[in-house]
Amino acid sequence: MSKQVLDRIAQVFGAAILETHSAFGDDTAVVEPSHWLEIARFLRDDPASSMDHFIDLTAVDYPQRSGTRFDVVLHLRSSERLHRVRLKARIGARCANPAADANPAADVAEAALPKIDSLTSVWVGANWFERECFDMFGIAFIGHPDLRRILMYEQFVGYPLRKDYPAAKTQPLLEYRQADNEKLPPFDEHEGMSFGRKTHADRQPGRNLLGFEED
Amino acid sequence: MGSVSAVTSMSDNSAPDLERSQLVLEGSQQGFATTRFEDLLNWARKYSLFQYPFVTACCAMEFMALAGPRFDMARFGAEAPRFSPRQSDLLWVVGTISQRQAPVLKTVYDQMADPKYVIAFGTCASSGGFYDNYTTLPGIDKIIPVDVFVPGCPPRPETVIDGLLLLQDKITRGDRSVGIVKPRVDPVQLRNPVQLRRKA
Repeated sequence: MSKQVLDRIAQVFGAAILETHSAFGDDTAVVEPSHWLEIARFLRDDPASSMDHFIDLTAVDYPQRSGTRFDVVLHLRSSERLHRVRLKARIGARCANPAADANPAADVAEAALPKIDSLTSVWVGANWFERECFDMFGIAFIGHPDLRRILMYEQFVGYPLRKDYPAAKTQPLLEYRQADNEKLPPFDEHEGMSFGRKTHADRQPGRNLLGFEED
Repeated sequence: MGSVSAVTSMSDNSAPDLERSQLVLEGSQQGFATTRFEDLLNWARKYSLFQYPFVTACCAMEFMALAGPRFDMARFGAEAPRFSPRQSDLLWVVGTISQRQAPVLKTVYDQMADPKYVIAFGTCASSGGFYDNYTTLPGIDKIIPVDVFVPGCPPRPETVIDGLLLLQDKITRGDRSVGIVKPRVDPVQLRNPVQLRRKA
């Protein structure tokens, strides 16, 4: 159904749509990152697509991929026309938007981070999704009003959902205490059984757990 | 009326401490009792645990079951939850503690007045559980001392009651070492683990 949407943006944007595919009812367009904001705005405003429902925005890390490392993935839905579409933009190896260096909002992030335009001017709800994406993957959204970490704490270094972040690396906010009376298994025989606990194994025939005769 | 002698001791396994943990009340017509001040104080403490539930995750459901009428934690004198740490003695840490939450938990613990006790409720609070990654604190004993660990994901209410009684026993004996609730049946010793699921 939203194959028509793909055809429409392919028709309007031409070479900015790198590829499209439809599988199992999901329609995906891979677009040029420099046209990310433009295409999103078009999808919202064009009456034939009218994507008024911003569902999700996230990223995927492909460390082995040659060329670009990250996919930014956007899911949209139209509550009028009841169709949905997925947009992807591949960024990471080169600066997505050459004009971004002149943009003061880009100063929030480190210069080395991959960059893409923020969609907060199109859907206000994109705000926290882009913050999460920045927090977890280190993707800088140009023009975002408040690009801070949203889940991790400010002192956290690095971007934990990138594949090169060590899986077991923790960055504690408090220094761990050294316990002086640490017990290790095996524990004492009666450890944790402080009150004469009876189990069904201790049960006498004809008597209940408390030792009284059963009726 | 003759003299009344009530001896409270916990069980046979605390036999070496029995003498120490005796509370002997000798009543008479004049109505006075003798005991050791410390023992009387511990006896009073163990039956009036005001609890602070620091509830963060799915173990909360089991905690609610425990506080409800079926399992009824009030039977053990641990009835009134206090949502101010300054009014509570017992800190229940129920659920996963993330690294970001750790300073909050530490602050709550520091705000509690002595004597204070801590129960780690469930696997996540005890060891971090399966969240072995950047986000989770691997056990609350990394930041605050814990009196009793209650294993389980989530623990059954009976296990938690075991933990509460173990804590009461430790309070009686003045024992501040770490306690761990043992399973009623050791799965390793079972010839056929399926037995666990069958009724006796």
